Amino acid sequence: MLRYIVKRLALMIPMLFTVALLTFFLLRVIPGDIVEVKLRADGGNVSQEVIERERVRLGLDKPLVVQFGDWMKGIVTFDYGTSMWTGQPISREIGIRLGLSMQVAVMAAIVAVLIAVPLGTVSALFRDSWIDYLVRIVTIAGLAVPSFWLGMLIILGLLSLFNWSPPVTYTSFFTDPIANLSQLIWPALAVGYRYAAVVARMLRSSVLEALQEDYIRTARAKGVFERLVIVRHTLPNALLPAITVIGLELAFLMGGLVVTEQVFNLNGIGRLFVEAVTRNDFTLIQTLVMMIAVMFAVVNLIVDLLYGVLDPRVTNQ
Amino acid sequence: MTDLSAFRPSRRAVLQSGAAGMALMAAGPQAFAQETPKRGGILSFAIAAEPPTYDLHGSQTFAVMQRVAPHYSTLLRYKGGAYPEIVGDLAESWTSAPDGLTHTFKLRSGVLFHDGTPMTSADVKASYERIRNPPKGVVSSRQASLGKVGSIETPDPQTVVFKMSAVSSSFIDEVAASPWNAIYSAARLEKDPAWPIRNVMGTGPFEFVEHVAGSHWVGKRFEKYFRQGYPFLDGFRAITMSPAATVNALVGKQIQAEFRGFSPAERDRLIKGMGADAKVQEGGWLLHQDISFNPKRKPFDDPRVRRALSLAIDRWSASRSLGRISVLRDIGGVMMPGGQWAATEAELEKLPGFGKDMAANRAEAKRLLKEAGAENLKIQLLNRAIEPYITAGIYLIDQWRQIGVTVENHDAETAAWYASIGGDNFDVVMDSYTDYTDDPTTGLPKFLSAEKWPIAAPKFNDPELDDLYARQGATNDKAERRKLVRAFEARTMEQAYTVPILWWRRIVVMQDAVKGWTMSPTHMLYQDLAEVWLA
Amino acid sequence: MTTLSQTALRPSPARRRWRDNPVVDFAVSQPLGVAGLVAVLAMVVAAVLADFIAPYDPVAIDFEAMLAPPSLAHPFGTDSFGRDILTRIMYGARTALTIGFISSFIGCTIGALIGLASAYYGGWRDMIVQRGIDLLLSFPIIVLALVVVAMVGRNRVGGIDVNLICAITVPIIPRAARVVRSAGLSIREMPYVDAARAAGYSSARIILRHMAPNVLGPYLILLTAYIAQAILLEASLSFLGLGVNEPTPAWGLMLSGNSANFYQTAPWMILFPGAAISLAVFGFNLVGDALRDWLDPRLKT
Repeated sequence: MLRYIVKRLALMIPMLFTVALLTFFLLRVIPGDIVEVKLRADGGNVSQEVIERERVRLGLDKPLVVQFGDWMKGIVTFDYGTSMWTGQPISREIGIRLGLSMQVAVMAAIVAVLIAVPLGTVSALFRDSWIDYLVRIVTIAGLAVPSFWLGMLIILGLLSLFNWSPPVTYTSFFTDPIANLSQLIWPALAVGYRYAAVVARMLRSSVLEALQEDYIRTARAKGVFERLVIVRHTLPNALLPAITVIGLELAFLMGGLVVTEQVFNLNGIGRLFVEAVTRNDFTLIQTLVMMIAVMFAVVNLIVDLLYGVLDPRVTNQ
Repeated sequence: MTDLSAFRPSRRAVLQSGAAGMALMAAGPQAFAQETPKRGGILSFAIAAEPPTYDLHGSQTFAVMQRVAPHYSTLLRYKGGAYPEIVGDLAESWTSAPDGLTHTFKLRSGVLFHDGTPMTSADVKASYERIRNPPKGVVSSRQASLGKVGSIETPDPQTVVFKMSAVSSSFIDEVAASPWNAIYSAARLEKDPAWPIRNVMGTGPFEFVEHVAGSHWVGKRFEKYFRQGYPFLDGFRAITMSPAATVNALVGKQIQAEFRGFSPAERDRLIKGMGADAKVQEGGWLLHQDISFNPKRKPFDDPRVRRALSLAIDRWSASRSLGRISVLRDIGGVMMPGGQWAATEAELEKLPGFGKDMAANRAEAKRLLKEAGAENLKIQLLNRAIEPYITAGIYLIDQWRQIGVTVENHDAETAAWYASIGGDNFDVVMDSYTDYTDDPTTGLPKFLSAEKWPIAAPKFNDPELDDLYARQGATNDKAERRKLVRAFEARTMEQAYTVPILWWRRIVVMQDAVKGWTMSPTHMLYQDLAEVWLA
Repeated sequence: MTTLSQTALRPSPARRRWRDNPVVDFAVSQPLGVAGLVAVLAMVVAAVLADFIAPYDPVAIDFEAMLAPPSLAHPFGTDSFGRDILTRIMYGARTALTIGFISSFIGCTIGALIGLASAYYGGWRDMIVQRGIDLLLSFPIIVLALVVVAMVGRNRVGGIDVNLICAITVPIIPRAARVVRSAGLSIREMPYVDAARAAGYSSARIILRHMAPNVLGPYLILLTAYIAQAILLEASLSFLGLGVNEPTPAWGLMLSGNSANFYQTAPWMILFPGAAISLAVFGFNLVGDALRDWLDPRLKT
């Protein structure tokens, strides 16, 4: 087991290095750097000399290979450098926002499971009935409705129904859980709907598959009340692939957050990423990209390990 | 849908309202003058952008100014409720020699930094030297404004003397009273000249508490602030949020103010949502939207083409329509409408691009294009992907469509936008320009040759424009100066390298309970919050 | 539709006679797919005939009609420039379809070729391609697109934003490659591929002439499904201000910028464009799902 983990971790290194290499150099191909954006923000008079000086200060005058080397050295020593825009350490920039995004992600996952498990099961049970069609429409719609539009509709709905809009400033869950939840539940819903759709579709097909399995047929033959069969036997087995999807999608939730945080004015990782892109904050972009790559690799590993625990053949291969 | 009525403009003439707005904002603070300020409370306000630095010397953006100003003092400051009157801040008094070559400042005694050390002339000298000759690792955005300063002397701890190498008529406005020229601690600068880039410590009314990037900035009252009885607030909290979120936050009483400005649509939503709680202050803004043509590219090297494209813009109707959906409103030439240097409506109408007969303007524009052999012109517009740039761009494209010009629009991110300008990679570029004083010397450089204004988008050489600019700066005769400014304006519109479209209108909305803040035509002033209090 | 019958993944033979016509068979067995097809066709009609059926000019400003609620003159209302929203949605369909189809086509084609080549060659080449695919798959679609935007900026050629298409294409390639590779692996073992190899045909010829036709089924499914993804992605990027530029009518753009200021008083500004995005993506997804179920239920993911 340990050998397997070590091997997997060792395999991650060349992959992550490739990501780093590609991101770093491709980002710097096109012209336009952050210094001008930073210094000429509101269109004032800044001389070329001033701009050059700031470039030197940020180390942008060094050869690219040297800059890359510095970055790699930093990564190995857990020093990710500073954001070219704010000058703050990147670990801090990410740190203060990670909590919020993680909370929304976890809440979205909970929303997704709460919606998906009943929908997916029922849909499979009553296959090809009107219920199944309804559920399938709802889930396909979940993949079609853009989460930012759903977010806008939620805001619009709250405003016209209750003349109330969610708080726009973040309060930690531990300071004031109600204020915290009344802000974050809405983006979690907006993102969670799509997430639920993915999980429900997965669950539907795995329940269908499980229903074909022998022991279910046996259980049914014994005359056990059908619904009981489903709950007792089908669901745990069908949940297994669904758990994989839940895990993998959690790593992908970042995608939904990128646009949804914009709509709800959330100070999270997604917005940080969009802002970094619009400002050409290269150091921040490349570190965020690495973070996502690492996150995905780790989640992947954990999912595989879980599978290994449940099915020893995987690790013995 | 009754609330749509709010979008209908009032009947008052648009041009006059520039001046009317100034009157309105002057009336504001005076109306509260009788009220006795109350001590206490935390002011929460919104700022739309994150600060790229904490260093006022090295910045141009309100994102820095509105957060950092409460922590620092300047030599002189603009007097609250009386823009543009200047009074002493750290300086108790000041004198300028008759020849204009020496400015002497007497500092107040007993001024303390937040760390408890006394402020002396050494701190003033160190701060100004940092702006004048920034050491390695330090950016100075206003180095040029101190170009005429020969030396800075400190005969005693309470006296600072600026010896000029040449007369600078804008010295008091542009240097001594500039909100950007904050006084830093000489001791801190000695240890590390880059210290203020990431740290905050001054003599201002508020001490720095914390900044959480992307979220908030907090200050608390400095109990030993040198102005007795000030500030009134216990502290302030500046919260980073998008403009759309700001409106909701104000309506929801999550914040009490926003100081930069709202669009008319946002104002109407605020009034609807806040009711009697909304205090609206409007006025002209020292900020104009403009377009520049690239004279290095054909056919924009031909002044007839440039003028034709400027002529085709219906500025009068733009003011009425864009004025309802964006901050673009006031019609003006090269100086702020309603300000003392602005052209009158009659003067404006004579300039190409300001005539009221649009049919004639469009016919003339088409004729000019034909004459220049540029019929069926296809151009690219380089724009920034932010408001009100996008709105102005949509309008221009429609205007140019009406004289048969096809436009391909490119809304670029700020970095790419700068890169394209720097590389002369554009046909027509949209830009804006702002400064904090309504003085031709600071307001006009935007329209000068590349030689005089190195960061200009259009790289052209027009000695006549440059000469008019130099001459207006060298005379003290106001009538003469005004004439020169008018000539400059006429030349600008005829040559049309860079032409104004509309001036922005500043609409500030806050809770009625926020008192003592001064409206002005710039969002860079009156942000130290010393005189602000909560009812 | 005739090409479909050539696929290896032929519908099961146990069907009644009148269903031998594939169109009829599809219609009968996939009612949801037909519903999706109707939505897609409506979109295509709007896009192709916009010049003739749209009531207004999509870029003409009319401040007299600014922010008008839905009425007979403006069935979907107008935006803050007085532009007709119905017209802009019709022309927006053109933008969405153009970008969606081109991106999906390029992405799926490149992906399919990579997948086939990878499956055909196997060995260390396959191994490298696989790792590359894994690498790209470790990023959420929009994150990858944003990174590409950050790298290539924007570049318009002939009114089409080439770099935007590039940003949408890149995330599609690895996803298409993975699916086609797994289909290609079984085809590689087919006797006729061996025969072609024995006959001394070049690798390129075998891949293109012998293997490619046999993955047409999955390819079509992918193409349809990724048009939906591409439309959604284009809308998201435009919403973030990193996609299509004003005044080009584009659905995502109609939800961004100025509309944030107005949608609470003029909800029609966001209701209709958002519904258009959802319906288009919904339609293509339904068609894609139905195609998949119809051609081969085993391809279900």
